[in-house]
Amino acid sequence: MSIPTEEVLPAEVVQAPALEMRGITKRYPGVVANDSINLTVRPGEIHALLGENGAGKSTLMNVLYGLAVPDEGEILLDGVPLMLSGPTDAIARGISMVHQHFMLVPVLSVAENIVLGEETMANPIFLDRREADRRIIELGKRFGFEVDPDLKVGSLSVGWQQRVEILKALYRDARILVLDEPTAVLTPQETEEIFAVLRRLAGQGHSIIFISHKLYEVLEIADRITVIRRGKVVGERIPSETSENDLAELMVGRAVDLTANRGESHPGSPMLRVSGLRVRDDRRQEAVRGVDLEVREGEILGIAGVAGNGQDELVAALTGLRKPFAGRVLLGDADVTGAASRRISEAGVGFVPADRHRFGLVLSYPVADNMVLTSYHRAPFARGIVRDDKAIARVARERISEYDIRTPSEDVKAGTLSGGNQQKVVVAREFSRDLKFLILDQPTRGLDVGSVEFIHGQVIAKRDAGTAVLLVSAELDEIMELSDRIAVMFRGRLVATMDARGADKNEVGLLMATGGEKDVSPVVTAS
Amino acid sequence: MTRLRRFGATIALPTLSIVLAMVVGSIVMLVSELLVSGRLRPDLPINAYSALINGSVGNPNAIVNTLVQTTPLILGGLSVGLAFKAGLFNIGAQGQFLIGALVTVAVGTQFRTSEPGFVGLIVAIAAGTLAGAAYGFIPGILKAVSGAHEVVTTIMLNFVAVSTVAALVSGLLDVPGSPSPITLDVGTAALPVIFGRNGHLGILIAPVIAAALSWLLFKTTWGFEIRTAGANPEAARYAGMNPKRIIVYAMSLAGGLAGLAGATEVLGVTKHMTASYGTTVGFDSIAVALLGRTNPLGIVFAALLFGAMRSGAAAMQIQAGVPAELVGVLQATILFFIVASSVVRRIFRLRAAGPGLDEATTISRSYGGGDATRAA
Repeated sequence: MSIPTEEVLPAEVVQAPALEMRGITKRYPGVVANDSINLTVRPGEIHALLGENGAGKSTLMNVLYGLAVPDEGEILLDGVPLMLSGPTDAIARGISMVHQHFMLVPVLSVAENIVLGEETMANPIFLDRREADRRIIELGKRFGFEVDPDLKVGSLSVGWQQRVEILKALYRDARILVLDEPTAVLTPQETEEIFAVLRRLAGQGHSIIFISHKLYEVLEIADRITVIRRGKVVGERIPSETSENDLAELMVGRAVDLTANRGESHPGSPMLRVSGLRVRDDRRQEAVRGVDLEVREGEILGIAGVAGNGQDELVAALTGLRKPFAGRVLLGDADVTGAASRRISEAGVGFVPADRHRFGLVLSYPVADNMVLTSYHRAPFARGIVRDDKAIARVARERISEYDIRTPSEDVKAGTLSGGNQQKVVVAREFSRDLKFLILDQPTRGLDVGSVEFIHGQVIAKRDAGTAVLLVSAELDEIMELSDRIAVMFRGRLVATMDARGADKNEVGLLMATGGEKDVSPVVTAS
Repeated sequence: MTRLRRFGATIALPTLSIVLAMVVGSIVMLVSELLVSGRLRPDLPINAYSALINGSVGNPNAIVNTLVQTTPLILGGLSVGLAFKAGLFNIGAQGQFLIGALVTVAVGTQFRTSEPGFVGLIVAIAAGTLAGAAYGFIPGILKAVSGAHEVVTTIMLNFVAVSTVAALVSGLLDVPGSPSPITLDVGTAALPVIFGRNGHLGILIAPVIAAALSWLLFKTTWGFEIRTAGANPEAARYAGMNPKRIIVYAMSLAGGLAGLAGATEVLGVTKHMTASYGTTVGFDSIAVALLGRTNPLGIVFAALLFGAMRSGAAAMQIQAGVPAELVGVLQATILFFIVASSVVRRIFRLRAAGPGLDEATTISRSYGGGDATRAA
């Protein structure tokens, strides 16, 4: 390190970086996940890390968190090089990560979750609960989000659970905080609240690495933005000097159309008619409490709602995976209330499920088998009970090229594909069928800009071909962008239905969070 | 090329497990010899293993005997392997084998000399197979209806089967006046000997069944449904399949295969049953299925290996002076390394398959499973 001379240095240089990652290279067999990446984060800075899925963001963060050892390069914390042996080591040095999927135990209290693994003992046997509570309340006061340490985490809303995750990091004296897509599960209001928290953290000198796909959010919250593509840093931007289009182009490597290019819808006659539908969840609680809805041919009805307000059960009831205990579901003129999923599927209903790993795909199967997962029993894929492997492979190859699925061949296991390509397999399979009605449950969750653009284009094309489309998504942006009509689901009911034209995003967000009722406490009990 | 590499990756773990088991077996031999005679005999493992190989494939008689030993292991292995494919852990192959054998004997002994032999044979085999299937149906339907775990129910049913055999053989089926409980001989219902001294027709039946099962699993929509229910029951439900029904079918079919194993054993080898009919075929079948990576072809090879070990054990004891029980040590150690695959992978620095991509995950998941039986 050279000693600073008497010359006047620019302000940037004077402020030593809190964290510096220099020339990080990480190779996996066949791919260079990180190719000499440089990342500098200053104290008190909110630094956004932007990149498509598979660009190398996760690898870089795994290196920072001690989960992966880089092949080349070094990490400097306050100018001091460090070797991390694992996450415990990283946490001990003040680097903490808030994962997209919360690592909380729902049945434990806020305090218990926070101290887990970092317990202060009153004596060798008992925990010092009082000291823990005191510190948690103090931290909450300092950063402006006080939470009762005795509340069960399972009773907190998603937004508050996230704050508990952040408290957990702060409790461990985190100075560098990595947030992996923190807003993916939040309503716009909750997002604003979490942004306020992040700004306060940064104001007190904490450095934040903010990973996101949402360009406008990155522009709003970040002080600086580093864009990664195919393992390399392709640009660094300051929000005031860039735009969404500029960032998207950097990320994808080509110009991207950010708004689904769609014309007017031309709705026909009603295809799906649901009346008085009531469905119970796994705990025998009433999750869907009387839903009436109608989807016409050639229109997209978007159902907005915070996750866990009965959307899963509604979709399950419409697709035959769960039997409703009251109400009626009509598909055209056919009554399909409580029908088996095979019958509903054969009646011309396509379904892209929310969780492609759990429902949509068999990861240990080749792409070809996954392409026929819902039609394996029909011609041309089977004659009687005998499978026609050649026909399956041929159709799979056709769909792979038609839907631009990046895979070495149709024989490759679906589990080895990237998330975007896996979802394209599901979309290709469901969209290729002769459809009357299409149900899309979170169709682009966790996908990169390029895949989202592609899938949205396919959805519009299906709509224009006269298919009735029901879109369920917790991503309000997606609802706003694709829907012709929007319904808001809250605690098992549709609390509002409106025309998408002229719908106000904040108004929808408020309906999602409160159901239109006033004075709903911020600590909302799920279901 | 990729196919070849995939094949290599598939057989790497079983092969290395066998090698490691032989190393462990050598150590056991050397140490026990040292403890017993106080001498270190470094040549002992080589002598023992060569006697084992010689005794199993060294001459035509040995080869036929190996095939006879292999037959029930193939069928039992297919029973356990098929269940694995459906995401079920069939520990009950032993019980299904016994019930199959018992019913086969009970039916077979009804045919004496009046009818042509093959009538009795076919009826007895069919009866034994169906009895095994019925015995597999019980844990299947219990799991589908109430979610009762098949590992627990099949273990219990194994005890029930042992006691049922003892009760019937010493009661209803006992030959009056015999010094100890024993059934009549199956007589004309016996499987004809077609090779050498004891090479019965079952030797041919087992590989044919293996080929048929392989076709069923990989070339038909039924097999696709079974495999899908095993690999991802929720995806199977999503795809319009009925995992509960598949569980019942798969367990019944698995029971039928184990029952057939029992049938070929009593019609081809023992010809009768005693009250304490001793066999470990049903349990060895679990090891065979795991070693064969739940694939019919792999199971045939694994059964050949285990059959050869059983068949050569006596020669090893006589020629090398190593107790025949060493074979049990080898089999158990192979199974140990297969199940604790991460240990083998670490020793040989093999790369693990990605999460959810390895068939073996089905096996471990079937303990905690029950996904398929979640309330609809």
